[in-house]
Order: sequence, then C-alpha cells, then structure tokens
Amino acid sequence: MNRFDFLRPASLAEAITAAAVPGSVYLAAGTNLLDLMKIGVTRPERVIDISRLPGLDRIEWLPDGGVRIGALVRNSDLAYDARFAAAYPAVAEALLSGASAQLRNAATVGGNLLQRTRCAYFQDIASACNRREPGSGCDALQGENRLHAVLGWTEQCIATHPSDFCVPLAALDAVVEIEGAAGRRELPIEALHRLPDAISATESVLAPGDLIIGLRLPEAAALAGHARYVKLRERTSYAFAVVSAAAMLDMDGDTIRSSRIALGAVAAKPWRAHAAEAALVGQRANRETFETAATAALADARPSGDNAFKITLAHRILVRALTLASAGTPKVMPALPASPFPEQHAPAPKGDLHVA
Amino acid sequence: MSPEPSSLQRTPSEPKAAISRYGSNAGQPLTRRDGILKVTGRATYAADNHPEGMVFAVTAVSRIARGRVRSMNIEAARAHPGVIEVLTSANRPPLFHDPDEKMPPFGFRVEVLQDDGVRYANQPIALVIAETLEAATEGAALLDPQYDVEPARVGLDTGLRFDPPGVGVGGAPMTAFGDIEAGFSKAAITMEADYETPPQYHNAMEPHAVVAEWDGDHVVLDMPNQALALSCATYAAFFGIPVENVTIRSPFLGGGFGSKAIINGPQILAILAARMLKRPVKLALTRAQMYGPVGHRGQTWQRLRMGMESDGQLTALHHRSISATSAFDDFLEPAANASLPLYASPAILVEHEGLRLDTGTPGPMRAPGEASGSAALEVAIDEAAEACGMDPLEFRLKNYAETEPGTNKPFSSKALRTCYAEGAARFGWSRRPLSAGQMRDDDGLLVGWGMGTAVFHCPHFPAEARATLRADGTALVETGAADMGQGAWTALAQIAAEALGLDIDEVEFHSGLSTLPDAGIAGGSGHTASAGLALNQAGGDAIAQLSDLAVNDPASPLFGAGNIGVTARGGRLHRRDDEDRSESYAEILARAGRSDIVGTAKSARDPDVASTHALYSHGAVFAEVKIDPDLGQIRTTRLIGAFAAGRVINPRLVQSQYFGGMIWGLSFALHEEAVTDKRTGRIMNADLAEYHVPVNADVPPLEAILVPEDDAIVNPIGVKGVGEIGITGTVGAIANAVWHATGKRVRKFPIRIEDVLSA
Repeated sequence: MNRFDFLRPASLAEAITAAAVPGSVYLAAGTNLLDLMKIGVTRPERVIDISRLPGLDRIEWLPDGGVRIGALVRNSDLAYDARFAAAYPAVAEALLSGASAQLRNAATVGGNLLQRTRCAYFQDIASACNRREPGSGCDALQGENRLHAVLGWTEQCIATHPSDFCVPLAALDAVVEIEGAAGRRELPIEALHRLPDAISATESVLAPGDLIIGLRLPEAAALAGHARYVKLRERTSYAFAVVSAAAMLDMDGDTIRSSRIALGAVAAKPWRAHAAEAALVGQRANRETFETAATAALADARPSGDNAFKITLAHRILVRALTLASAGTPKVMPALPASPFPEQHAPAPKGDLHVA
Repeated sequence: MSPEPSSLQRTPSEPKAAISRYGSNAGQPLTRRDGILKVTGRATYAADNHPEGMVFAVTAVSRIARGRVRSMNIEAARAHPGVIEVLTSANRPPLFHDPDEKMPPFGFRVEVLQDDGVRYANQPIALVIAETLEAATEGAALLDPQYDVEPARVGLDTGLRFDPPGVGVGGAPMTAFGDIEAGFSKAAITMEADYETPPQYHNAMEPHAVVAEWDGDHVVLDMPNQALALSCATYAAFFGIPVENVTIRSPFLGGGFGSKAIINGPQILAILAARMLKRPVKLALTRAQMYGPVGHRGQTWQRLRMGMESDGQLTALHHRSISATSAFDDFLEPAANASLPLYASPAILVEHEGLRLDTGTPGPMRAPGEASGSAALEVAIDEAAEACGMDPLEFRLKNYAETEPGTNKPFSSKALRTCYAEGAARFGWSRRPLSAGQMRDDDGLLVGWGMGTAVFHCPHFPAEARATLRADGTALVETGAADMGQGAWTALAQIAAEALGLDIDEVEFHSGLSTLPDAGIAGGSGHTASAGLALNQAGGDAIAQLSDLAVNDPASPLFGAGNIGVTARGGRLHRRDDEDRSESYAEILARAGRSDIVGTAKSARDPDVASTHALYSHGAVFAEVKIDPDLGQIRTTRLIGAFAAGRVINPRLVQSQYFGGMIWGLSFALHEEAVTDKRTGRIMNADLAEYHVPVNADVPPLEAILVPEDDAIVNPIGVKGVGEIGITGTVGAIANAVWHATGKRVRKFPIRIEDVLSA
C-alpha cells in the first residue's frame, strides 16, 4: 500500500479540519477501508483515525421513544444491546447476519453505512469501473454479473450495496447525522446513498470531509412484534446476500395496519419498497396479499446481466420475510439470524462411532 | 551459519501427563503431539522466521492472461523509499536450470522472469525487494506495467484441444478393457450425460512462503513443503549447488493439499534474490497471488455413457474427460480413470483429451482426478440406477467388482460391502423412496437422500528412517516427514514407538527437516504407509541389534534366546516363550558398553505386490439434503461415511481425515468455484470472502464409520491411506441427494441456487 500520513485528532472539530485536505479518508474500524487500501482500490494520502474520538460510541434513548446511535458503536454492541434488540428486532437480526463475529466485533455503525460495493470489477483495479474511476466504463455489464443489481441500475453501474444493516434502517426512515466543513446537517437514510444515473455512478451524497457522527431511529414500537430480516446467501454464514428483505408489520389481529419494507442486494442502495407497503395497508396477512406486495415491489425490476433469477428470488424472499414477520418476532434471536431455514434440530451423533 | 538450524529445537513435545492421551501405542486415539504448540501459537510456520538483516520480496503479477509486458516503470519502483532491488526479465541473475524444462518426476515449467511473456493472469512479472513489506508492496504497485495483449483463451470454446501424452503424473491418457461397442449394442438400457467441474484452488490457510538465507553456496530455506528431498534436489539444480547444500526446514505446514509438493516460481525468485543481495529474504504470497503460480484443480468437461442389461448389470462403461491445462505445460485431471477400479463392467473405456487455456498450470489438488472423476461417475451411476428403476445401492451391489475390472487382479483387501452395509444401516437408507421429490420434512423443506462410492488408490513412496536407542532406554527417531495438519507428528511417532516397544513419551521424534532421512512425499494419501514402513523397519533394525547383544551375552537373562526370539515391550526385551525373563534396553546397552544403537531402514513397496494385487481404500458416503422449495437454498443435513482403509494407526486422526475429506466434498458439490472473466482471463473471486468454502454452519454433524480391514498384503504394516478418499463419493452423494429432493439432475458443479429454483 502507498505511504500516507496518519493523524489521530483529539476532537471532532480537529478531525473535520484535518479532513479538509484533499486525499483524506476517515478510519474507524477499517474492516472495509484497510482491505481496499491493500488491494489498491483506495490510495489515500492522509488517514484520519476517528476510532478514539470521544462521545461517538453511545446508544442514547430519546424522549420521543426513538434512539440515537453514535457512529462508533460496534455492530455487535448494538445488536446485543437488549433494549435496542427488543425495540428494533429486525435491525439486530440484520446486524447479526452480516460478516463474521470477528468483523461485527470491530465494525462500526457509521462505517457500515458507507461500506463500498463488493462488485468484483470495483475491487479489481485492472477493470473499468465508473465507481472507482468515473468515466472509465463498467466491465461488470458484460462480465460475471449473476449477483448484480436488478433495480435502479444504469449502464454506468450495476453494482449492489452490500450492507444488511442498512436494509431495515431504510425501512425505518433512519436519519443520518453528518458533521462537515459547513457544520452539522441531517439526511434521511434514503437520501444518503445514490443510485447511478445516465452519466454517473457516485455512491453517496457526502462531500469530502463529511463525517457521519450518528444515526437516529424514530420510535417504532408498533412494528416490533412483527419484524424480520431474511437473507438468502450461498453459504450459511459469512457471505453477502444474494437477496434479502426487511419486513415489519403493524398488525391489528390478522389485518395489516401499516408496514415497512426494504430489499437488500438488489440495487446500489438499500431498496425501500414503498409500493409494497401501500399494497399491504388494510389487507389480511396471507400469502396472496404478500405475493401482491412482492409483485408491486419488483414491478420495475429487470436483469442487468445473467441474473434474472434474482428477480424471482427477491420476490420470494420478500414473501418469506412478510410471512415470517406476520408470524411474529421470535422470542429469542435465531441461532442463525436471518436464515430462511427453520431452526434445525439435527440429532447429535450418539456414542462411539468406531466399529473397531 | 550452521546447517543444523536452531529450529531443530521445534520438535513438538508436551509436558508429560499434562493431558490424558487415551493411550499412545499404535491403534489408539492419541491426541496430537503438536496440539498444544499450535493452540498456544508456539508452532512456528515459515513466515514466522525473521533472521537478522532480513528483507522482504513481493512479486508484481500480470493483470492480463496472455501477451507480453511491453514496459514497466522500474524507476518509480526503485525510487520508492525502502526499495532495494527490482528484478525483471531484463536483469534477473541466471539460473542453472532452464525453467522451461520439466524436471522429472514432479517438475513443472515455472515462471521465473525468463522472458517478458505473459501466459496467465497473476503470473509473476517482477520481484521487488525492500526493507519492509509495505515498501516492497508499493514498489510492485508502482511498476504500472504496460502490455501487448492477446485474447485470453478461457473455456471450452476458445481453448486449444489436444491429445495428451499422459494424464495426472505419468498416467496413460486412455485405458480400454473388453469390447465397448459390443457392450453397448447388447445393452437393454443406456444412459449418457455430460458433467462439468470448475477450476478450484487449494487455498491452504497458510500461503506459500519462504525465508531464504545463504551462507556461501549453502542455503537454508524455511518453507512449507510436502516433499523435502525432491525439493532439495530441484533447488540444487536451479542454483547449481550440491544437493546437500540445500536445507529445508518445514516443521509445520498450514495445509498443503498438493500445492506445496511442487516447486513454484515465486519461491525460486525469492531464493535467487537472497543470493544476489547476500541478505535473508522473505516472500509470502498474498491470497490473491495463490491463484496462478502454485497450481490448482483444472476444469473438466466429462461425458459418461453406460449400457446395462435389464437387470442392471453393466455391459459397458465409457468415461471421457476433457481436462484443462495451461498453454505451456501439462497437468490433466485424470478424471476418467475414476471409472476403472469400481464397477464390474465387462467393457470399460476411459479416455482423456487436453484443453489448453491461459491459466497457471494445474497441479495435484487433494484427490487429483479422483475428486472430479468420482463426482461425475457417482452421479452417472445414480442416473443409471434410475434408468433401470433400481435403488442406487442395489445397483452398485449388482455391479460390485470382486476383482479389479479389466485386470482381474484380486484386491489386497476390499471391505466395501461392509462399508455399504454399515453406512446404509446407520443412515437408514432402506427407508428411501425410489423416486425423486417424495420427501418433505415438518417445515415443508424438500428432503433428498443420495449416496456415492468412495475409492482411492494406495501409492507407496520410497522412504528412509533412523531409530536410535539411547543409553537411558529412550529413543530418538528421525525422518523428514511433513505434518500438513493431518497429524504426521503423531501417527508416525506412534508407529515408531510401537516398533521400538516404547511408550510414545519415551520417543523423541524429529521430522520436517531435509537433513533427516528422506521420508518421501506427503502426497497420494501415502505418507503414513510410506514413512511409517520406514520407521517400522528402522525400529525393527534397532531392536534386532539390541536383541543380538542380549541373547549373545551370558550375563543377560535373555542369553541363548536367539532361536526362540524376543519381543520388545515397555522398554524391555522379553523372552518370547517366557515373558518373565526380560531385561531393559538400558541394562543391555550399559553392559555392552554402548552409548546407543542406531537402526536404519530404506523401505519401498514390494514390486510383486503391485503386480499381483489391486490396492485401494474403499468407502460409501450417504447424504441428506434439505432444500427450501421457494428459495432453492440447499443445506446438507446429514453426512455419513463408512470407510475401510486397512489398519488404523490413530482412529481420532483418521476420523478427522475422513471428516475433512467429506467437508471438502461438500464444498466441491455446493460451493467452490474460481470465477474467471471470459474476456480477460482474470479470476474475479480470488479471496476467501468470495471463493466460498463451507463455514461451520454449512457442515452438518458428520459421522465417519471406521470399518475394520486387515490387509497383510498392501505393505508389512497393513496401512492404506485416508487423506483423500473422503472427497470421493461425497460429491456424488450430495448431488444425488439434491436430485432426490427436487427431481432436478444438476450436472455442473458447484450446484447453485438457480439450478434448483422451481419455476
């Protein structure tokens, strides 16, 4: 990796000032940034370590029943916070379905929001990639793209956003708190990540030097009893989603008052499914209703390559998430969080198996 | 610098009685002698070495798959702070062996900057040496090579087909028994299908690494290595020095799977740089750099045809494989040979065609040929059974080979029938519905059961060992074996201890060093048998010498027992006809005025055995899968194997080897594939995040049944091999279970979600 300056500012203000220099990046846990630096995708001139900034590692409950999560709160700490997991079970489930235990112990909330795509052509510096090098083209378009986007893509970019955590956050209208050269501002999470358009594949709306300092979730008690995140992956753990869905229902008996729905791994951003939510209002919670909602969610889906099967899967994972959510949030976190598989009760081998 | 390095002190030892060993003599499930060293981080691997003055080497690798390097920015790399030297094809010092010349028996052409040509993506095109790893890495990045690019040949349609002179390591490309066409013409039922297996990479946990330190024309190499003596000879040839001037220290390997048995270009370059700079040099490949110059399992396209009588009796078996290799060297998966030893068809034809692709040269990867060939064969057998309306186990028993097909040689031992019976009983196979799509569990998941036959040949490598009985009655046992994680430190010491009649804690075992007697190659599942036989015979030699001292010494209670003989047990020799008359080793040595007795052995397979007998391990694997009917996600929920592989030296380690093989088979069936961009020839998932191997949660509770099998023929210690057989059978068992659950016959590995997704 290239030589760079390493700074460890003592305060938020110092950090923001330091990052005003072009070529600067913020370092929190580094679970994504350091990998990208090692493979040459990111070559910063100045690394600003914010991991020890005071005050950003707290989970604070707000008077209105919502919660404020500091940007440096670790994924594991948030997922295992009992009050948080009870209030936002789908968020906790999404967190625990991501990466590995070691990575979750290190990775931060703020970093998770800004993790880069796992598109192989983004990571391969010899490939053309409009994300990595605007204007260079997109080698994924005609390449190995069976897991690429089926919603919101353009010929500029067909990559997906890899985060699990962001999927329920998008459904819950999370608000991102940003500190920058121009002071503090807030954004709904739906406005944080950008879809590619006809000319650009810019990932987020953050300006150079902007720092996410926290995240707020509005009160959502009515949804907590019927909230799931379900993730289909090619191995049971330590894999990014093929498709995933967060579904949260406010139920009145078996009638849906309102819902929150988002899909993961289908687009360059966590995909809030407003049309599906609208289709569920006042409906009975049953298979037919869920099929209708899933059809609405994926009405605009189209393959970006060798990935038409992902549209089928996205539809079905959403039906599954709605079905599981309507059955009620599990009393305890499943042993394999977000797995579409029911808990397995394989009999343990009995006794000594040696015939000899 | 002494050629007897300090790492000799790395001999694994544990505090005595620190933990229960569950008995230590051969046949007992002794825990690993190196276990505590490993879990406490005291077992040092090659890259853990930091000799004084050491510098770091990093290879710059090609981003194209075919063409030539037009230019590189050498100046930028050299100007980077800390960079000491940049080696390219323009300034690389000479080697004493032509790298484009193969060196038998396991030699391959290597890329060591002999020209500016690029033959595959990830080929080394420069070596940057610097004071720090970071400086060397950045120096390599600054080279910014420019290429003349030629189109990459990737896949069946663009590669060059050819008739190979051989397959695997010196195997015949075609073997035929009986009249294959006559067999098909009299068949009442036939099956024919095509199968495809992907390129796979070894991905040993420990990357290929070397720390090279020269002293004049002597060199000491810390490197993980599966074939010490062979490698020393190869390095000696490359560097123009006597073989005894090369010392390789390889106390532990973090996995090898075949990829550390063969010399590779990056390691040669690092050794060359150390000689040139007169400083110790370390090179460790990154994970991504392991996808190219250090071998892989080549892709195959296989076709199987079978003819059967109406009762399921095979009349013809035809297995053809197109096996991919590189554009510049040959290693072809001998996949079709998997159809030779198992099923009793009167006519068998196996044949191979080669396909040249712009990849690194493939190499032996755990069960080379057997894994991909068995994957196709065992699915084809399932399809043949289906075509005959027969249960797959019944079909296999119908075609059970009582002697080796074609040669009619008797098997040295073959407890496969027992494997079938034990495995089937444990699994509950008799309750399996014949047709597919019949079973669902309480959660509505599709359930399928499948099986496969496991088989692996029993190679035997020449090996040497030395056993020294010491004055205090303990022993020093030496052989240059390789512990790749399979437990050689433990199992081989058990064999030595048994031969010497000592408790294992009385045996100091030295291994993993090339200056020790040559233990042969740790490959082909033959290490325990090969090195074990040498240890057994060296121990026997020492005991025989000791016995001579005792029975010829009038002062010994064993005097005169020469004709009756003595047995060695518990550190004492006992008169065979009177166990109470005995004497300790120490007493015998002391009275003879000897400080020690040195037993030696050079062992090899009796050539008559191989010419008169067929030598194989066997097994049967049974798998249950559950599949989500909407989402197509597959999980293996039960996996039971029953294996017969001759004498079991350590049931704990043997079971672990079977488990490891079965997990490897699961990985082959459902996960592993190197994905290549068809335009550039670059592998797009060259890291462990995207090149999937199973995580623990993918692996169900495993069962491996150790079926007893006495084999007095295969070798004098009765040991076959267990390292690779677990893969064979398992791949097919899982694929067949997927069919049984869904009715979908997937013939391309790995089986993916979209392959089984219902409309």
